[in-house]
Amino acid sequence: MAKTADEYFDELQQTRVWRSIFRSGTGSSTLKRALAIQQNVFLHLFSTKVRTRMLSFSATWYLGTLTLGTFLILVATGIPLMLYYHPSAPQAYADTKDLQFVVSSGMFLRNLHRWSAHAMVFLVFAHMFKVFYRGAYRTPREFNWVIGVVLLLITLLLSYTGYLLPWDQLAYWAITVGSNIASAVPIVGDKIHFLLLGGNAVNANALLRFYVLHCMILPLAAIFFVAIHFWRIRKDGGLYSHASEPATLRAAAKDTTAVTGAR
Amino acid sequence: MAEEKRGELGSELSRRQFFTKLGLGSLSIAAVGTAAFSYQYLEPNVLYEPSPVVNAGKPDRYPLDSVTLDVNNGIYIIHSQEGYFSLSAVCTHLGCLTAWKQELGIIACPCHGSKFEQSGKKIEGPAPKPLPWKRVWLNDDGDLLVDRSTDVPPLARDSFVRV
Repeated sequence: MAKTADEYFDELQQTRVWRSIFRSGTGSSTLKRALAIQQNVFLHLFSTKVRTRMLSFSATWYLGTLTLGTFLILVATGIPLMLYYHPSAPQAYADTKDLQFVVSSGMFLRNLHRWSAHAMVFLVFAHMFKVFYRGAYRTPREFNWVIGVVLLLITLLLSYTGYLLPWDQLAYWAITVGSNIASAVPIVGDKIHFLLLGGNAVNANALLRFYVLHCMILPLAAIFFVAIHFWRIRKDGGLYSHASEPATLRAAAKDTTAVTGAR
Repeated sequence: MAEEKRGELGSELSRRQFFTKLGLGSLSIAAVGTAAFSYQYLEPNVLYEPSPVVNAGKPDRYPLDSVTLDVNNGIYIIHSQEGYFSLSAVCTHLGCLTAWKQELGIIACPCHGSKFEQSGKKIEGPAPKPLPWKRVWLNDDGDLLVDRSTDVPPLARDSFVRV
């Protein structure tokens, strides 16, 4: 008697190896499904139970999740781009051209990285406005708003540092103008300008510093703050607070509780 | 916990308090030291940047009443009735390279629309300051040299080179 794919999968889940990796066990009981979330290093940041209304599109427009999605695309495309890119002048410009015209799928990766970056900036702002207009920044979420502002700044800095890397005229003059804006800071402005560029003008030092900021320091900072951001959402009672929901909607809603996580 | 003796002369510390203070104190000193060394590390001691002194060649390359932009060095060499002088071509607003507009007789910045006279004087913002004059002189070979790191007073007698 031939087995179906489902039966094979069920059998696989009973094996000792599978059970040693996924300890929550199989089954669809509330306990098992809750354990599947709680015992997973990635998912344990989230609550094991959420209200279905909080998962509705209208509650958040999924803007935060979409922002995370663009960030993951940027990491996944950015790392392969680093394999063909030397952060040195003038090699960086030639490498950018190579990525576009010589490397297989290079143009696809580069464009995906670029458009995801634009989308991420847009989504971060949209997310911020949504949170603002729904009042989702109110107690006890004030500090998560502050973390959100930090994440907004990190996003803009990632966008700015990435702008220099193609090492073309647009990049050069944009960073010249942008770094001169930093000089406008009272007293320490010129010092910030010097440290940021590693010199007095946009040159090889500046390119290398922006590369390290773009590929190491800022992404790590983003991951660190994103983790806190998500953790606090859970600790503060889920994706959005009932207090921020319009009263009519609250009254009309069927307040069902769902348990996320399958198997 | 050991009893804390307070208010007595010499305000004695318990052994635990003493070591806590010693530990935190050492850590603070180490942290300040690390911050200072990190700052020093981030500041380059040697810069491989082009020399601020530019050789602009023989003065007769520049006809009378001409404004010549040196794109690579970011300076203008101007041959006026009073003599030769040099202006920074870097906009005082946000550092873009300005351009000489022959037909209008002005220096204009392509980035945000600042305008300057041939003497560097500001006509229109957003630039906050006029274009600075740079020190010019002739070397022994008769070449015109410009020091981009030294500003000189505009229109002053010594700010020109006469050949």
